[in-house]
Amino acid sequence: MRRLTESLRTPTGRRAITSIATMAVVALMTGPSGSATEPTAGPVGSYGERVSIFGLFAGPRWFLFLIFAAIMWGVWTLWLQRGTQLRSAASMALTVPKRGFALKPVRLVFYAALIAVGVVFPHVVTSQYWQSVMVEQIAVFVLLALGLNVVVGFAGLLDLGFVAFYAIGAYATAWVTGSLPTPAPFGVHLNPFFAIPVAIVLVMVAGILLGTPTLRLRGDYLAIVTLGFGEIITIFANNLYGITGGSYGSGGVTGKHGIPHFSINLGPIHYRWTLNPVPYYYLTLVFVIMFIVAFSLLEHSRVGRAWTAIREDEVAAESVGINPLKYKVMAFAIGAASAGFAGVVTAAQTIFIFPATFTLQVSINILALVIFGGMGSIAGVAVGAMVIQTASMYLLHTPPAGYQPADLYMYLGALLMVTMIFRPMGLIPSRRRRREITLAEAGEGHMNEVLTGENP
Amino acid sequence: MTLEVRDAVVRYGAITALHGISFEVRDGEIVTLLGANGAGKTTTLRMLSGLHGVSGGQILFEGQDVTKTPAHVFTTLGIGHVPEGRRIFSQMTVEENLEMGAFARKGSTTDDLERMYETFPILKERRKQLGGNLSGGEQQMLAIGRALMGHPRLLLLDEPSMGLAPMVVETIFRIIGEIREAGTTILLVEQNAAQALRLADRGYVLENGRIVLSDAADLLLTDPRVRAVYLGEGAES
Repeated sequence: MRRLTESLRTPTGRRAITSIATMAVVALMTGPSGSATEPTAGPVGSYGERVSIFGLFAGPRWFLFLIFAAIMWGVWTLWLQRGTQLRSAASMALTVPKRGFALKPVRLVFYAALIAVGVVFPHVVTSQYWQSVMVEQIAVFVLLALGLNVVVGFAGLLDLGFVAFYAIGAYATAWVTGSLPTPAPFGVHLNPFFAIPVAIVLVMVAGILLGTPTLRLRGDYLAIVTLGFGEIITIFANNLYGITGGSYGSGGVTGKHGIPHFSINLGPIHYRWTLNPVPYYYLTLVFVIMFIVAFSLLEHSRVGRAWTAIREDEVAAESVGINPLKYKVMAFAIGAASAGFAGVVTAAQTIFIFPATFTLQVSINILALVIFGGMGSIAGVAVGAMVIQTASMYLLHTPPAGYQPADLYMYLGALLMVTMIFRPMGLIPSRRRRREITLAEAGEGHMNEVLTGENP
Repeated sequence: MTLEVRDAVVRYGAITALHGISFEVRDGEIVTLLGANGAGKTTTLRMLSGLHGVSGGQILFEGQDVTKTPAHVFTTLGIGHVPEGRRIFSQMTVEENLEMGAFARKGSTTDDLERMYETFPILKERRKQLGGNLSGGEQQMLAIGRALMGHPRLLLLDEPSMGLAPMVVETIFRIIGEIREAGTTILLVEQNAAQALRLADRGYVLENGRIVLSDAADLLLTDPRVRAVYLGEGAES
């Protein structure tokens, strides 16, 4: 006994205790949700009813969280031992040259104003329709467009099956919240907040699995393979009846309970998102801001420069020591992450998800947003997504005489053509793209050499 | 021995571009590969920088087997490659281009940038300009500077004089000499045989994917066969 207490006083022991305690708190907070009537009602509705201490040892959950605690302890210990190396590797990867990303006070004020407008917006637009459009059609598509922008705009890879990652994110959420016909992993029904890391890991793994063999292909070939991947995922969702519920959606034919809403159960604080779109709007606003900040940092980081180099000239990039495959796979995985996020939001907000939501049309739609907004330009893509999505939802809501819903893509196509003629770099072009086009017009750069066959 | 190539065979599909060539580059040397168009000069350099696989034979760099090493690893090993046609990043500024050269290497680039601007004063003037807006000679200097940023011990130069005015070629060759003085071994592939041989210590002559001649540079310069074919003399043969 004495030896035990002594060993617990060592740094390793203290780390072990802290890890176990943290995971116990997480276990208590999450509670066994997933009940059809009150999925995330907090202590009383969930674990309070269990016989054992706070329901912590009810079912196999305690074992899962013990594993989590062990992982946390392991990562912590590893970090302390190898932290300096990891930190230097991470800081090298994420170094942002100061001149590349200097935040001028003027810009800071501008961003603050933009966020303020975003916060006030749902109080200005009080129509139920537009409030839910703001979440389902605008914020989610901004997330998707930001993700595809990393793949298409930063790394220069054409992905025509981006919807696959969106679908994987959404179905992963349904899975870990226990809302698919197939049981959740370990029988644990998680809160959608905890579905986020699961969804992100899954889409990134999918991105790596798809990318590693296919990113050796160039241009058109890659587009075809990704197109196929998008279709495969949709077909899986449609046909794996026992797992995904097929075309009946996540509820299956039996109409199993829906995907729970996001909820926070932090000790005495309980908050649960509902069908009301406004709280969802704020949540997605936070996500969008997070991704905009993260991707802007990424654009100017070492990784971002590697992408630019590959996009400009792959041979030259290789000659300075960039592994093109590695960075392309990274672009795929990172871009997919934001699509996974969008999937989580969609799943939690719409309660039921259907394969029909994840069609090729959505992939094309996202690509249109990126092209219209300006490839490689984060601001452009975000604004472009807002403009196009608002316009198409307006047409759906108040259709002009003779307008059919299927006409939308005709108008979108025309809009893209007009954009390509008059603003080939998109609505808000990125600085680098602007350079590329002006150089190409002046007949400089390698694009020209490729066209004239000077340098095959 | 910096570089040793033994019986290297390179194929493009059914066509054999290099039929088992062997040559070596010793520490501190400038070695030049000469040959007409299609003789296999560029293929040799592509092979040496890992851009094209080898079907047979062996490549040793400082005694280490690098035959199967992928292209992007060569920089970290200490081999710098100045590709044919310069291939600078035309939409990055001069300074960004130079910084990209140090991509695979740890540590600060400030000192190296200063050193490059000393070697190539024109690049300092143009440092904020886009690579694509530079003249051919400036681009060539930038490509060389970019390769030097990776601290290579062996520099592979592919046709540095291609498409440049004679005056500019003079400057480039003077700089190549300076780089060797500073301790970097150089393998130079050139069509401009006379100039290359005047600068180099030794030379190899490639013909149809085979090495047909190898000797000290000054001897090659006076060799009647070389003079006939590559230096444009004795056209009657």
